[in-house]
Amino acid sequence: MSARPRDPMLPRSYRIESVESELPGGEVFSWTLRPRGGELEVGQPGQFNMLYQLGIGEVPISISALGEDGTLIHTIRDVGGVTRNMAALSAGEEIGVRGPFGTAWPVAAAEGHDVLLVAGGIGLAPLRPVIHHVLANRERYRRIFLLYGTRQPADILFRKELERWRGRFDIDVAVTVDRADASWRGDVGVVTRLIERGGFDPRNSIAMVCGPEVMMRFAVMSLERRGVPARQIYLSMERNMQCAVGYCGHCQYGGHFICKDGPVFPYDRLEPLFDVREL
Amino acid sequence: MDDLAQVFAEEPFFSGFSDAQLRRLAGLARPEVYQNGRYLIRQNGSADRFMLITTGHVVLKAFVPQRGMVPLETLGPGDPLGWSWLAPPYKWHYDGRALERTEVIAFEAEGLRQAMEQDHELGYRLQKRMIEVIAHRLQAARLQSLDLYGNPAGDLP
Ligand SMILES: Cc1cc2nc3c(=O)[nH]c(=O)nc-3n(C[C@H](O)[C@H](O)[C@H](O)COP(=O)(O)OP(=O)(O)OC[C@H]3O[C@@H](n4cnc5c(N)ncnc54)[C@H](O)[C@@H]3O)c2cc1C
Ligand code: FES
Repeated sequence: MSARPRDPMLPRSYRIESVESELPGGEVFSWTLRPRGGELEVGQPGQFNMLYQLGIGEVPISISALGEDGTLIHTIRDVGGVTRNMAALSAGEEIGVRGPFGTAWPVAAAEGHDVLLVAGGIGLAPLRPVIHHVLANRERYRRIFLLYGTRQPADILFRKELERWRGRFDIDVAVTVDRADASWRGDVGVVTRLIERGGFDPRNSIAMVCGPEVMMRFAVMSLERRGVPARQIYLSMERNMQCAVGYCGHCQYGGHFICKDGPVFPYDRLEPLFDVREL
Repeated sequence: MDDLAQVFAEEPFFSGFSDAQLRRLAGLARPEVYQNGRYLIRQNGSADRFMLITTGHVVLKAFVPQRGMVPLETLGPGDPLGWSWLAPPYKWHYDGRALERTEVIAFEAEGLRQAMEQDHELGYRLQKRMIEVIAHRLQAARLQSLDLYGNPAGDLP
């Protein structure tokens, strides 16, 4: 740790140690990053960093894992201007990192409770450090459920890890896809259907939900229908960002700044806004 | 049969049904077991049973020319299997195949429809529960068709 607080607007230089393609075609890839000099700024599950590619631009990306050896992992989906350019970078190249920023998933508050992790698509990446944490501290939690939905079997992220988690007896892992061909032997249907199967103690559960906003809206409805109180449901919200520290107002969502007050919010704080369009 | 009434009294689907209603339903019910890979229902087959899954999983599939049997939805414990028995022409629209050893409570459909006609209290309760199931499934199917996880910018070139 340096003695002087760092300027949060100033990116630090990190080296891309390795690039791993998470899906065929490389539409989703993970970077393992190491600071070039100085120590890693260790974030918490749910927080994000601003990743900056010189001459191209900057994007907010959640922490996808904390490497054991002073590295940081981010999982990025190539969707447009900046992320498209990032997809072309290779190991050894340099990237600017500001952060970590924002609120974390409530891993401490979830101790002593059933933990429901509901992920959709790339939303599994921001929840992955929670899975690592709860499994590393297994005795502090009651039942743990990972309910993961994605578009099709070819889009399932972190396959090897999912297999490992499935192989354990102390976490219930369910994966469902929206479409499949005849060769798929797993679940077909939206992720909300997995919530409806229950198996958890709703009043004594903490749910953490991450995925496209429509998916989160329906997931919340299913959780509430099952009896999970709104204050025990947490969501990770996304909006375009610029400063990431609450100055510029780019990420404003009703009265909240997603970068500073979020991205992780308990649902009871979002409820009045959640169905309002154009926020 | 009282044993069976007891079994499905514990199913959330039947919560709120009176003892008399459960006993009447039990008279129309029997447990069935399907091994992995066996069909519970066949597309176009007569919808002569209403089934409630108690253990195991069932995949619903439809035949699509060029693509073969396409899986549409997986059902698990607590899920009712199909509602084609409720409305004419009482034919299944899909195949339903066990993905593992699956146990169901199967109700004979003709008798069930008669019981619902004769006892409107029972008929109302059962229809109300089925409407909840159908509404949730319809919402889920709509969500499934939205392509939620597609690229926000549209398909990449
Ligand atoms: C707190 C936070 C955490 C995030 N974590 C991750 C992560 O772990 N991995 C990851 O891949 N992405 C994550 N994102 C989303 C990521 O920041 C955006 O995909 C990225 O900024 C897009 O920039 P671009 O220049 O590549 O695309 P652009 O050219 O800016 O956008 C391409 C298309 O994507 C749409 N789009 C842009 N941003 C978003 C968004 N946030 N949500 C939905 N649609 C969007 C645009 O409307 C446009 O249609 C996160 C966003 C936030 C706010
Ligand atoms: S990104 Fe500037 S206020 Fe949030």
